[in-house]
Amino acid sequence: MAKLTFKSEKCKGCGLCVDACPKQVLALDADTINQKGHHPVKAVKEEACIGCAFCATMCPDCIIKVER
Amino acid sequence: MIVFDKPHALSDAPLHYCPGCTHGIVHRLVAEVMDELGIEGRAIGIAPVGCSVMAYDYFNCDMIEAAHGRAPAVATGVKRSDPNNIVFTYQGDGDLASIGMAETVHSAARNENITVIFINNAIYGMTGGQMAPTSLPGQVTQTSPYGRDVSLCGYPIKVCEMLSQLDGPEYLERVAVNNVKNVKNAKKAIKKAFENQVNGKGFSLVEVISSCPTNWGMTPAKALAWIDEKMIPYYPLGVYKDRSANQ
Repeated sequence: MAKLTFKSEKCKGCGLCVDACPKQVLALDADTINQKGHHPVKAVKEEACIGCAFCATMCPDCIIKVER
Repeated sequence: MIVFDKPHALSDAPLHYCPGCTHGIVHRLVAEVMDELGIEGRAIGIAPVGCSVMAYDYFNCDMIEAAHGRAPAVATGVKRSDPNNIVFTYQGDGDLASIGMAETVHSAARNENITVIFINNAIYGMTGGQMAPTSLPGQVTQTSPYGRDVSLCGYPIKVCEMLSQLDGPEYLERVAVNNVKNVKNAKKAIKKAFENQVNGKGFSLVEVISSCPTNWGMTPAKALAWIDEKMIPYYPLGVYKDRSANQ
């Protein structure tokens, strides 16, 4: 299983990572609002993550760290 | 094992770009290439005027802010004064293809040994979404509310095709950053553009088809789909000139 780390305070909630994930691991966290006023991304199914880093590849703000 | 992390050449400053703006992806690709080639210490970036005007805050290498459109001219001076510098410009379509067209064409014609990263998002982003030289025929913008009328405003400028007619430039390629595959291809092109400079080959320009969700009036995901639907058919991706490949 891969490990995902997010810099949630820098997330702008654009959702490009959510769309890029082939395993539907990510979702925007509707219960949280960060300092910028966005719903940051979170891993809702981290156990399904295969560590392909497609999310991080599409993240414009470089907030995702992927470890395997 | 770390599969993916922020490259060292990218600073920790939060990007000021709108949510879903692909400027951030291209910034990261440039920084990754600087890391991989080990050139951060001798790289000098030239920031443009436009949305990426504050690019100097986002790279850890030395940066210079140029007057609007004049980045290739500034880069020429920096490169000629010390050819050991790795000099790149990072420009949008309003900067490179409008006010700075003369500097772009002439630095290409002179085959200056610099790297140009050209972001084409078919609109003026920073000033609020006016029509750009690269806006598509029929595209609705703030200054073409009924769509770009080519009989009144002329046709979009295809920078790679135009520059490929010159004998000067070494390498011209058009890429996009609207999906994972295209981002990976974009990185290859940007890396080649920097390698050309390291190897002293000459003027290398990478045109990156990019999105502007805010001024296109779309969600970030819809904007990426619009690149596939509208932008790429008008601006075909590919290598437009590569002198080293012909030898």
